[in-house]
Amino acid sequence: MAKTATAKSPLLGPGVHAPNFTLKSTPDQTVSLREFAGKPVVLAFYPADWSPVCSDQMGLYAQVMPEFKKFEAEVLGISVDGIWSHLAFSKDRKLNFPLLADFEPKGEVSRQYGAFDVRAGESARALFVIDKKGVIRWSYLSPEGVNPGADGILAALEALE
Amino acid sequence: MARSYEPPHLTLPVGERDHSDGPADAPLVLVQYGDYQCPYCGAAYPIVKRVQKEFGHRLRFVFRNFPITNAHPMAEWAAETAEAAAAQGKFWEMHDLLYENQRSLGDEALFAREETRLKLDAARIAREVAARAYAARIEEDFASGVRSGVNGTPTFFINGVRYDGYPDFAPMVAALRAAEKGSK
Repeated sequence: MAKTATAKSPLLGPGVHAPNFTLKSTPDQTVSLREFAGKPVVLAFYPADWSPVCSDQMGLYAQVMPEFKKFEAEVLGISVDGIWSHLAFSKDRKLNFPLLADFEPKGEVSRQYGAFDVRAGESARALFVIDKKGVIRWSYLSPEGVNPGADGILAALEALE
Repeated sequence: MARSYEPPHLTLPVGERDHSDGPADAPLVLVQYGDYQCPYCGAAYPIVKRVQKEFGHRLRFVFRNFPITNAHPMAEWAAETAEAAAAQGKFWEMHDLLYENQRSLGDEALFAREETRLKLDAARIAREVAARAYAARIEEDFASGVRSGVNGTPTFFINGVRYDGYPDFAPMVAALRAAEKGSK
């Protein structure tokens, strides 16, 4: 349950400067949060690649990408899966944004954001909208088993304008 | 956080623009956002039929398009076909036909035959689908779903509140009964 994660490290909330991180996006490339300064960033932590539904959270974000782009937002998916899993998953679901591997040390970035489910050993379903200056303006921890959709993200991006 | 959880609400109210089955003043309104190529929507199709039968005239069912085109290459074609049939007054006939022939989506010969059987103008449907005549409407459905918290397909709303349960007969009936009780 998400409670376990929050007991140790609460979900980072509005007004907090988003901690920088550098994670692998491909076997030989990394992505750092600070590269996106000047643009809004959506961080979508999620438990695992390959969840057994056809139109899952990441697939939905790929489909909704034109809406995110209206706000010039960059979307980054983050889970503890390794980079080879991410590559295969991304290809299979035709994703059009990077998936980052919070793999070693496992879940370190997720923990920093208060988005780690200690019991499951996976990232929680947590969303963050970060403004152009790198400050978190909205965050949301989804109840276990509930796919949060894109409505909250879009409302938060709208509120940045 | 879980304590204060409240499911999202439908942002575009059910109205004249919608394809709907059942009385306009029914106490229960079930809205589905669906994709004709999604296998989970295919599985939900007979369940919704049973649910409609169970509640009869107390239930109004509304279907809106939510094609996930990067996963389902025929979803847009199917949504356009249903809307083209709607323009000839036969939305539900086509909606059912599409779900009952989910593995044959895009088979123009099969659908043309069936359209003729349903006394639809098949040539007009083919023309309108090719021209993507109803793209704006489909896009409006999709955008309204995104804003309402549709998180995949199928997503259902019961009296305007997202249904987070499993899309099976018993849990849906239970949720509808609870809504019926609550509205009295």
